[in-house]
Amino acid sequence: MRPVSEIKVTTPHLGNLHLLLDDLFDRLGVEYIKPPPSSTKTLQIGVKHSPEFACLPLKINLGNFIQALEQGANTIAMAGGHGPCRFGYYGIVEERILRDLGYDFDFIMLEPFRDGPRAFYRTFAELSAGLSILKLWKILKSSFTKGRAFDRLTWRSLQVRAFEVNRGDTNKALRRAEKILAAARSPEEVTAAAAESMSVINSVEQDPGRDIFKVGIVGEFYLLLEPFSNFDLEEILGNMGVYLERTVWVTDWIAPRRDNKIFGFSKHLLAEKAEPFLSHNVGGEGRETIGSTVLFAERGFDGVIQLLPFGCMPENIATSILPKVQQQHDIPVLTLAFDEQTGRAGMVTRLEAFVDLLKARRGGAPLASWKRAAKPETMPGDSCAGCAAKSASGSACSSSS
Amino acid sequence: MRVGIPRSLLYYKYLPFWKTFLTGLGLEVETSPLTNKKILSAGVKVAENELCVPVKAFYGHCMSLRDSGVDALFVPRVVSVEERAYTCPKFLGLPDMVGAVADNLGLPPLLTPKLNQREKPSEFKWQLINFAREQFGLGLLDGVAALESAKVAQRRYEESLVAGRRPLDLLPASKLNRPRWRSPVKGGPRRIGLLGHPYNIYDGYITQNLIARLEETGVELIVPEMTDHHVLMEAATDVPKQLYWSYEKEIMGAINHWTGNRLVDGVIYVLAFACGPDSLIQVLIEHRARQHKVPLMSLTVDEHSGEAGLVTRIEAFVDMLTRKKSAMSAA
Repeated sequence: MRPVSEIKVTTPHLGNLHLLLDDLFDRLGVEYIKPPPSSTKTLQIGVKHSPEFACLPLKINLGNFIQALEQGANTIAMAGGHGPCRFGYYGIVEERILRDLGYDFDFIMLEPFRDGPRAFYRTFAELSAGLSILKLWKILKSSFTKGRAFDRLTWRSLQVRAFEVNRGDTNKALRRAEKILAAARSPEEVTAAAAESMSVINSVEQDPGRDIFKVGIVGEFYLLLEPFSNFDLEEILGNMGVYLERTVWVTDWIAPRRDNKIFGFSKHLLAEKAEPFLSHNVGGEGRETIGSTVLFAERGFDGVIQLLPFGCMPENIATSILPKVQQQHDIPVLTLAFDEQTGRAGMVTRLEAFVDLLKARRGGAPLASWKRAAKPETMPGDSCAGCAAKSASGSACSSSS
Repeated sequence: MRVGIPRSLLYYKYLPFWKTFLTGLGLEVETSPLTNKKILSAGVKVAENELCVPVKAFYGHCMSLRDSGVDALFVPRVVSVEERAYTCPKFLGLPDMVGAVADNLGLPPLLTPKLNQREKPSEFKWQLINFAREQFGLGLLDGVAALESAKVAQRRYEESLVAGRRPLDLLPASKLNRPRWRSPVKGGPRRIGLLGHPYNIYDGYITQNLIARLEETGVELIVPEMTDHHVLMEAATDVPKQLYWSYEKEIMGAINHWTGNRLVDGVIYVLAFACGPDSLIQVLIEHRARQHKVPLMSLTVDEHSGEAGLVTRIEAFVDMLTRKKSAMSAA
């Protein structure tokens, strides 16, 4: 390892994770080189050097790394895991490819917390001089709390966008809100900033009388979290007047506990719901995809959209089973697989067709009950401040797959 | 009661075990025929199109067993075959994937014992004994007796594989996939390591009789099963992070063992299109071969693979090895 003062660490992009990491590395006193936002260029670089049949997230990750290394990063931090999903082995393969390309860097693999707290602590100790366990704990806790707040903003924006009067207002409000939150440091500031930024989103001008559709988004975590990889699918749907809920959130995903604070329904419950269709964990989000589709159907959603990278093993198992769920629970499911060849226009057409189908199923009659959704709903985790604090204390980062 | 075992996926690894075990429980066992055009296209029609070709063939084999009128299908959920490792996500979800289309296709009931040795290897025997009790009301002693004779059969099978015999010789009615003639060896024997999952390389329809074709060219073939399992597992530890897929470990172990001990002149790596684990370890395998200067050819197979392309590539690869070998002996 390099001396701590020379470390310039980078990580792959994953939705709003960089906002959380900005805060974390700032607190750790490490220089953080954020890869340039994922773009077509990133993807091109990644595809060029990746194995052909690796899933899309690996290719984008690799592009992120190469772009960050070109910008002067010298240490790569990447999450690990123990399968059976491919994600746990990404890091090793990416390191091999980068070394074969001749890059010089240190590689840090962050294995899940349950592998052993000592190894987990040591990983961070390599990054920061004089870091005690207590100090690390506090740092992780505060950054994680902030991450939760970032996730809640996005969570709310998915609902507000369906009702916004002027297209684009919600996006502007979200950017502004994130800026307010990013500036907060101490716990008190974060609490205040979280409330202020939320009110920024809530103050977007809305048309509560609009007839909207409720759609759940399920599938593989990277495709759900990284807007670049799914062509801003959430925004496109929001602009069509679709109220969205998504099953995977950055802080839910890195939290060691399985209670899915942001989504609001625990992994346990989802496994229970999936039981009649898929009775065993198949890695990744396979079982959660089935479980949440059942859940969305039971909650009266109009439809479900499943996103997956082409060739994703757990999601392909889910895709094979979803027709049975559709049939038994009478809910339309649209499956969209993404790879580097996928085009935006094709996806938009399919989404439009899907929304038309939802319209036809409803027979044109507006559902009065949906109109209530225009009012701010209770935030997940807001019901009990103590719970939120407790969840933050278990803030160790770990991979969920 | 007649139970059908589909001739795909783990059939090539565990048939002796499963067959002896089920026979020991007093069942009649029937296996589906060799993969053929009808079976594969039936499977392709039903299966999700992103799945790998052996899984698609599996669907076809289930349908073929349905047509032959078996009373139940044996589709075990093989979660893990050793500590701290999984098989492949697709084996974990296989009973549910087949179950999702069972009603529409009119498949017979599925027998899906769960085999999981990830946490505790000794649990394996109880999982099978409980399966015998719950499904067929058999007592502990009957279960143990069936299990023990199954273990013996499996051990014998694996010992024969190490001794150099092929699953194709040992498994019932699979003699079709054999070399038709052998040419005399020119320029000394060339040894090719054939790397890949047994359910791909031994399925003569999926890989277009790859084994027979290679032997026709007069090369000597070695496959991972010819090496003792412990040696493979030992060799597989030579990676930056321990693999958590057992069957990929075997592949990794084989390439490490072959290259480390200079056992092969070249390696042919057969992988199925959209195979998840293989797509990643391919990078490590290619790196290893490069490092040890062993020529390696990756062959990707799917349901659209053409014969002509395969033959050309095999011939070119074997010619290249021959030239390399004679150049080296001349020097």
